[in-house]
Amino acid sequence: MERDDQIIETVLLAGKIMIENGADMARVDDTLTRIARNAGIKNPKIFETTTGILMSIPDKKSAQVEPIQKRTIDLEKVSSVNQKSRAFQRGELSLQEFKDSLVRLNISSPYFSFWLQLAAAMVVSTTLMLIYGGYWQDLFATALAGGVGYACYYFINNHLRVRFVSEFLGAFLIGIIAVLCVRFRLGYQVDMITIGGVMPLVPGVPITNAVRDIFAGHFLSGMARALEALLSACAIGMGIAIVFRFM
Amino acid sequence: MGIVVHIVCSYLATLGFGILLNIPHRALNSCGWVGVLGWMAYLLGTHINAGTMLANVMGALIIGLSSMVMARRLKMPMILFNIPSLVPLVPGGQAYKAVRSFAVGNDLGAINYLVQVIMIAASIAMGFFISELIARAYFRLTTDK
Repeated sequence: MERDDQIIETVLLAGKIMIENGADMARVDDTLTRIARNAGIKNPKIFETTTGILMSIPDKKSAQVEPIQKRTIDLEKVSSVNQKSRAFQRGELSLQEFKDSLVRLNISSPYFSFWLQLAAAMVVSTTLMLIYGGYWQDLFATALAGGVGYACYYFINNHLRVRFVSEFLGAFLIGIIAVLCVRFRLGYQVDMITIGGVMPLVPGVPITNAVRDIFAGHFLSGMARALEALLSACAIGMGIAIVFRFM
Repeated sequence: MGIVVHIVCSYLATLGFGILLNIPHRALNSCGWVGVLGWMAYLLGTHINAGTMLANVMGALIIGLSSMVMARRLKMPMILFNIPSLVPLVPGGQAYKAVRSFAVGNDLGAINYLVQVIMIAASIAMGFFISELIARAYFRLTTDK
């Protein structure tokens, strides 16, 4: 009984880390089933959605639920759960070690620092502005808009933890900066500066995962992700629309 | 000259988005190249006048296939590669024009752009779907022998 509980706890923790950090359901399903099989359960029953995981061992009559409330994006954690599960499969980790390493992984902080992420956001904005056909003269304005917008998004997401408001305010700031830059002759095309600036806020993970989940038959999770992507996109649109309505 | 700018920019954009999503640094370089391949396929599509939809299908198809190859090679989940590479294909321009038309009261124009956004999103999904199909067929053929 003791070991069964430990197996279930390990599997649920692994699933929780993966779903919280943006993995797609087919991958989560595959990894969790694999962990349970390698731990010696022949027929594990696992049901996972974007908001919670259920697991039971049929002939032992033990089951547990794990709700998932917060949702962030950190693909390094997804990848490292995957690698740990492979190590467990090869027998390099015992069940207890595997679980301890998962607990440590769950509370560890992101690898890339805020300043590097800010620089990355500026790079994304400017390069995409260029390949969409913008002018070289708009580089500075786009970098400014993208950087300020992403910083606003990052701080609201990490300190106030209000979803969708972060995208809204970020997009709003980007719109204002684009309009002001053009007004003070620092840039030329409001359209291109705004499109470039908004690109780092694009909900890439929910969009891709929604498509993948739906094709893999996880309709519940797919629709939840699609709704998440749609709401983020609407928040960005609202932020931009307000700027154009009043300026 | 133009093509060099496109290659460098799509590589950097994919790399930058990878950093925003915090993908493992071991995967960053290959992720950038997947992005370049996808954007090149899209450019080729628009260059041969295949239309925006078909160009997006081609881009997403190439991204799906090459990220599957990279995922096999580096033994990492596939989403590490295809999410950042997808970002240049996102219909940001059309979505922006739709929002702008709504804001200034031009509803008909806005709906026009909105339909384009939906069609492009659907064609990207279609490209992924085809790549998944090809990969499944390939693995079935190679493992059954």
